[in-house]
Amino acid sequence: MTEPEARAQAEAADRRLANGNGAAGPLTGIPLAVKDVLSVRGVETTAGSQILRGYRPPFDATAIARLREAGAVFLGMTNCDEFAMGSSTENSGFFPTRNPHDPTRVPGGSSGGSAAAVAAGEAVYGLGTDTGGSIRQPAALCGVVGMKPTYGRVSRYGLIAFASSLDQIGPFTTTVRDAALVLQAISGLDPRDATSADRPVDLLTDLEQGVEGLRLGVPREYSQVEGMEPGVKAAVDRAVLRLEQAGAELVEVSLPHTDYGLAAYYIIAPAECSSNLARFDGVKYGARDEGAQTLLDTYLRTRRQGFGTEVRRRVMLGTYALSAGYFDAYYLKAQKVRTLIAQDFARAFEHCDAIVSATSPTVAFPLGAKVDDPLAMYLNDVLTLGGNLAGVPGISLPCGTSEGLPVGLQVLGPQWGDATVLRVARAYEAVRDA
Amino acid sequence: MREGWEAVIGMEIHAQLATRSKMFCDCSAEYLAAAPNSSVCEVCLGMPGTLPVVNRRAVELVVKTGLALGSEIAEHTKFDRKNYFYPDLPKGYQISQYDLPLCRGGRIDVGGRTVRITRVHLEEDTGKLVHAGDALHTAASSLVDLNRSGVPLMEIVTEPDLRGADEARDYAVALRAILRAIGASEADMERGQLRAEANVSVRRAGAATLGVKTELKNINSFRALHRAVEHEIDRQVDVLEGGGAVVQETRGWSEAEQRTFSQRVKEYADDYRYFPEPDLPPLEVTPAWVEQIRDSLPELPEARRARLVEAHGISGYDAQQLTEDAATADLFEATVAAGAPAKQAANWIIGSRPAIDPAGLAQLIGLVADGTINRDQGFEVLEEAQAAGRAPADIVRERGLSQVSDESELAKIVDRVIAESPQAVADYRAGKKQAIGALMGKVKGATGGRADPRVATRLLQSRLDS
Repeated sequence: MTEPEARAQAEAADRRLANGNGAAGPLTGIPLAVKDVLSVRGVETTAGSQILRGYRPPFDATAIARLREAGAVFLGMTNCDEFAMGSSTENSGFFPTRNPHDPTRVPGGSSGGSAAAVAAGEAVYGLGTDTGGSIRQPAALCGVVGMKPTYGRVSRYGLIAFASSLDQIGPFTTTVRDAALVLQAISGLDPRDATSADRPVDLLTDLEQGVEGLRLGVPREYSQVEGMEPGVKAAVDRAVLRLEQAGAELVEVSLPHTDYGLAAYYIIAPAECSSNLARFDGVKYGARDEGAQTLLDTYLRTRRQGFGTEVRRRVMLGTYALSAGYFDAYYLKAQKVRTLIAQDFARAFEHCDAIVSATSPTVAFPLGAKVDDPLAMYLNDVLTLGGNLAGVPGISLPCGTSEGLPVGLQVLGPQWGDATVLRVARAYEAVRDA
Repeated sequence: MREGWEAVIGMEIHAQLATRSKMFCDCSAEYLAAAPNSSVCEVCLGMPGTLPVVNRRAVELVVKTGLALGSEIAEHTKFDRKNYFYPDLPKGYQISQYDLPLCRGGRIDVGGRTVRITRVHLEEDTGKLVHAGDALHTAASSLVDLNRSGVPLMEIVTEPDLRGADEARDYAVALRAILRAIGASEADMERGQLRAEANVSVRRAGAATLGVKTELKNINSFRALHRAVEHEIDRQVDVLEGGGAVVQETRGWSEAEQRTFSQRVKEYADDYRYFPEPDLPPLEVTPAWVEQIRDSLPELPEARRARLVEAHGISGYDAQQLTEDAATADLFEATVAAGAPAKQAANWIIGSRPAIDPAGLAQLIGLVADGTINRDQGFEVLEEAQAAGRAPADIVRERGLSQVSDESELAKIVDRVIAESPQAVADYRAGKKQAIGALMGKVKGATGGRADPRVATRLLQSRLDS
């Protein structure tokens, strides 16, 4: 919580709104919660890790700076899986977050704190990051809207990296329009991020255009994934039917390399993370083990104590995948699979304007249910990580319930088709709430 | 080189690029005078969430170097991460180039030997450690200074084409001259802007296979480079002639002990887990950009050397000295253009590398040549002209420095010195011709150093020999 700052920001926003000189925008004075991986100047930012306890960035992430400029009120930082690695927020180095719909269940993850905060009404909106589904899956499990934009849409500057080629920042909101407003505010070229795109961003003009005349792809492979709960499938099927009734044309599409996505993802993401997390060595910031006698010992003890089990697992996996003699068999092959998956999406989008599916194969599961089974945990992301590997935009929005728990409908769009994704989501939202 | 042996040497030279800002952030690249950890920002400190942005000027300087060396410039290239842990490497990886360097191939001709360039690539420099004590393993603590972290660095790697310590040094000198001529690097070894590593092995003369090599580091001057390579060749030959085997290792050069010493034995190859830097998109170097850079290339040292010999009739040695950096060669040409005779201009410039405008230097050379002042006075005037930024002729006039060439005036002094120095005169006449030096010294003393040495010597000799 950053209460004193939030009060000062709220008062500044009041003055700005009272002036009425046009300096105020739609986000002026609106309070938000920030996932603890986005650098906020002067505010402890830990990435959910003990290794960064006490670390206060001397600068703002670009997305934070843009919201600050827009007059946002920052309420504080939200819990997440350590370095955004996880699908339940149980991997936090501090404590697990619970699902507001049922406190015995997880909120999803890794951005579970922001999703739960918005679902519980603690913040009007939240920011999260999505590397394999870390915005969309918790949005689905908490019954809110969550969007991962096209890779390159939002600057990653100041986002504590998990996997650089997959990470994107996006919003959690209660409505699709709010998601569009927040995303519009944080998008666009940033000279500090060489992977951010110099492309026009217009997410609002076509938002209410509906789905009439749009072709929506239903991927054959996505309804057959392992562990798909019947209740989830039923809710999603109903939602897709509603879209058809609203004027969309449904087409079956194929994403033939879907089965290989998980394996490729769990090579590429750990490989990048093994390098990205090397900077946490106890030398410059965050925690350091003071009992170490040698340099090597400082590294080993600081990292062993500072990182949790899942982070250590992925660092080791990634280190292995990049090692001489294994690089070609793992990293290089995974990159080839990634190219094939991107081609799958590109081909599918020749036949449709957007793809609709479930976000997560399951509803929120009980705390502890999957902590000892990493593979079961990884399967949570099987429907979302393809979007990250291909770099395409995706949103999750509530589409009813199963076993009394929220189900998420995922809408994926072609690269730079963020506006289309939002338009389809808004169309569903309109018929759902009608 | 000892009889029956041949040395095989390849060089890896790191040169800091002469850019205003660092490789991936906008910090100043001028860090030498800065207080520790003051020329830094969140990016070059490797703080969480920071991202690199490529310095376009650094890319241009590497391309320029490649063009000067006759390399092939890659149209599509990229950066890679080289992963290893060390406190001077704040991110835990160095952004470098692995399998697609900016430049491949090329050559430098050094004294009749063609040295093939393997590759030139772009990377970032690391920070610096200051150990409490001499060495890391005995230090109680170490301090980290990250001012140098992220300074643009280029690595130039050669094939194993060099055959001795002279060639290794000459190659480095020639490369420095090129880097300076094109403005790619200030390339001052003492300031760490140019760092040479030599891979040295020896083999029986005529052998087809290469011997086991060692990698020499810690080399801070051309002289040290020469000594280190020379010492290492001798050491390896000693080891082999004694029936031993050379161990593949990194060896440091100890300036104090004038010998190489084992730093680290390579039991297995380092695994840097290179992979493409995901924070940077691939780098495209368009042919149009390359042509634009080619157009900015100045005359290269080798061409300029030949032209100076041809146009001014100076020796190849002088031309070599003058073209070691572009500024020196520029001063020479401008001084000659201002009217100074080429040979004399070369002598003055090679000896003292004066920081003076060409017109002033030409004037000074003229004052010495026409006998207004002597050479010693010339150096004094030059010093003052540099310090005060004033014209040599004005200094000579104001200080009344013009030398005494008047024969009748000097004759009086010479007669007096001879009368007062019977011992020296006797010595001279007894055949100890060097005794004239003592007499000459007295003449100089009596004139406050202003005696024209040629006139004074002639007068002394005519009196002593008569």
